[in-house]
Amino acid sequence: MTVSDRSLSHDPYNIIITGVGGQGNVMASRVLGTMLVTKGYHVTIGETFGPSQRGGSVMSHLRISRTSSWSPQIPEYGAHLIASLEPAEATRVFAQYGNPDVIVICNTRPIYPVTVIRGEASYPSVDDIQKSLSTLAADTTFIDATDEAQKLGNSILANIIILGAICGKGVLPIDREGFRRAISERVKEEQIAVNVRAFDLGTELSSR
Amino acid sequence: MSYLTDTREGAVHLLMGNEAIVRGALEAGIRVAAGYPGTPSSEIIESFSKVAEQQDLYAEWSTNEKVALEVSAAASFAGLRTMCVMKQNGVNVASDFLLHLASSGTRGGMVLVACDDPGALSSVNEGESRIFARLVEIPLLEPGDFQEAKDLTRWAFELSEELGNVVLLRSVTRMSHASGNVTYGPLVRATTQARFRYDGPLFDPECGPVISMIVGASKLQHEPQQEKIRKAALIFEDCPFNTYTGPEKPELLVITSSACNLYSREAINILQAGERVGILKLATTWPLPPKLMQKYLSTADRILIVEEVLPVLEEQIKILYAEMVSELGAKTFFGKNSGHLPSTGELNPDFVITAISSILDISYSPVSQSFAGQARELASISAANRGLTFCPGCPHRASFWTIHNALELDGRNGFVCGDIGCYVMGTLPSGFSTVKTLHSMGSGTGIASGFGKLKQFGMDQPVISVCGDSTFFHAAMPALANAVHQRSPLTMVILDNSGTAMTGFQPHPGSSENVLGEDAPALDIEAICRAMGARVEIEDPFDLEATRAAFHRLIELEEGAKVLILKQPCALSPERRYTKGFEMSIDEEVCLGENCGCNRLCTRIFGCPGIIWDDKKGVSRIDELICVGCGVCADICPAGAIRKGEVS
Repeated sequence: MTVSDRSLSHDPYNIIITGVGGQGNVMASRVLGTMLVTKGYHVTIGETFGPSQRGGSVMSHLRISRTSSWSPQIPEYGAHLIASLEPAEATRVFAQYGNPDVIVICNTRPIYPVTVIRGEASYPSVDDIQKSLSTLAADTTFIDATDEAQKLGNSILANIIILGAICGKGVLPIDREGFRRAISERVKEEQIAVNVRAFDLGTELSSR
Repeated sequence: MSYLTDTREGAVHLLMGNEAIVRGALEAGIRVAAGYPGTPSSEIIESFSKVAEQQDLYAEWSTNEKVALEVSAAASFAGLRTMCVMKQNGVNVASDFLLHLASSGTRGGMVLVACDDPGALSSVNEGESRIFARLVEIPLLEPGDFQEAKDLTRWAFELSEELGNVVLLRSVTRMSHASGNVTYGPLVRATTQARFRYDGPLFDPECGPVISMIVGASKLQHEPQQEKIRKAALIFEDCPFNTYTGPEKPELLVITSSACNLYSREAINILQAGERVGILKLATTWPLPPKLMQKYLSTADRILIVEEVLPVLEEQIKILYAEMVSELGAKTFFGKNSGHLPSTGELNPDFVITAISSILDISYSPVSQSFAGQARELASISAANRGLTFCPGCPHRASFWTIHNALELDGRNGFVCGDIGCYVMGTLPSGFSTVKTLHSMGSGTGIASGFGKLKQFGMDQPVISVCGDSTFFHAAMPALANAVHQRSPLTMVILDNSGTAMTGFQPHPGSSENVLGEDAPALDIEAICRAMGARVEIEDPFDLEATRAAFHRLIELEEGAKVLILKQPCALSPERRYTKGFEMSIDEEVCLGENCGCNRLCTRIFGCPGIIWDDKKGVSRIDELICVGCGVCADICPAGAIRKGEVS
């Protein structure tokens, strides 16, 4: 069975990509959506655009279906996969949309909320977040996506590494070639190769 | 070539609702589009601009929404298909002309797209544009999914031409900014030539001069206008976009529209109530087609109306029901008035699940109580509120820092009248809680002009207003004109970041390029203010000392309107976005941390996300991924521990 023939374990299959404004969350969700529409799926994406372009919580809801468009907001506790570009955001989304069967993929690099910077709130260790999430979720993968992205020359590629990690989980009918086509529509020619490298790296890190 | 202009009929693309609206307009052969930026509407004009050359159409960001509607109307009067686009607040701005336009009627198909923001996700209110359709007596359409966002838009142009009047198409954030599959129809490349005919008799809808009314002769226009609405209701009886799914005799009939259609479908699916509940999804929500409504109201005794935000549809349905009660018999209505759905904020599938399960007595719990409790507890420990804050390197943080500190130092209880833009955060700790009034665009300076005249009643506090550069052109110019002419002693601070930054950096009359990428004459704000007669100074807000000195000079002047222009591009502007000003660092030996006596000024008070507090070492640290190197923090550190270095 090829990847593209793989059927969805649920219909609609619900994914949330979350993070902080400026991390490339919207871009990641659109690239993933494009990959799936190309395969003939119905995709609905709901995006949070806040007034705070940088530093606010952002979240994209993706609904993937063989049959039709669904609500751009996933019902509570209704996610099948949560991919987070930031650890605290993974827990925020998990509290509203998680369930015991959910798969969590998370970047380890914190971005401190302004309330934490001001000393009004605290930020626990990423290890503690990982431990707690792994007791609640079915499958938890933490990846040093920002560090790896920096090694590739640009921290923004963390979003693509996380996309690759979603692919590595093998739950969606997506692949490297589909990614290459989808990303080609959105970045300059000379940036395609490094994006594909980031995608491959994510796939490798999550399927280890 | 843009995917928006794919010529293959039947091609499927993942489109944002806003893009689907654009595609619908392209399939209808649109020639002119005008608007003013505002989330969630802004992508519509931006998308038109990307395909303008190829499709031979004209798009512009107008100075404000009223002007945008006038520009768009001109195209209609000249026989072209045209669209005008704005967010919900913009309809209020445009409403003066809209009332007149609805009266004069239109020629080429004209669609006014208003994108409402239920829940005010990126607005200062969740105003309802739907009510304007009733107020000015024009038809209202609401797409119920992404495909319909395209198809209904195309149809709206035909409807407009059939009625000879502007049609309001209302979207919401979860339609405009959400995306879904859209199957394309044939793409039209319009060739209509513009010609304004005015040689016929007065009030002739096809060839006379276009006027809204003559004093005392309102019947001549108002009666034909209402005739158009009656005709719209007739057309709506057979509108293919009003659809019903569900059993012939449902236990509960859901009547809905817009994104609420998707929430309702989801709820029924989750509750597995498809054999008990039917959905009447309406695309034509004003005027309601009476026969269609009677047909479906007669199928069920219990009716739930699902809509955002106010019970606009609910009230219209109840009026129709009252007229048909003898035929329909007793019904129970559920919705906002019954308390089954909230009357504020946006809805989602869960609200509809709750309403339906309560009405039909279905029990539903997606996860165990204990799981939900543990998940909530984890988030409460880990996920501190991110709060709203200015971006790293935002010039507004520096501007409010100076204004706030200068007013404290001045000691006369001076205050700031705020305005709409990213700088609404001037009301919050991220803007040092500097702003004390906040309303609509341009109102800061208008209110300040009023406060300034209260001196004769004993008010002795300095009055300051802030507004952005786009807002200056939008609505603050008349307010400044008023302040100058009335000799109102205010200090207007123009936070000029060279674009309409909050909505994604769209050009405005002060920009040297328009939305089509053409060179444009840039209006000089400084020269305009001087020409109006204000005393004007101009500074770089990143130069804290010079800005403070200029601000003090101006607020100490007792007479007349003064303007301080603080000019520094938005941190996300193309000009600054990928360039770092300075390589910032903190000398750990010099930073005294909690022992400094500065109360961690950089992290606790200045609050730039680019500086973080290293708990273990007890010193501040630069987050090199986030810092954009504006260098302002180096000037606020009393210990001189923050250093500006050259970018390598």
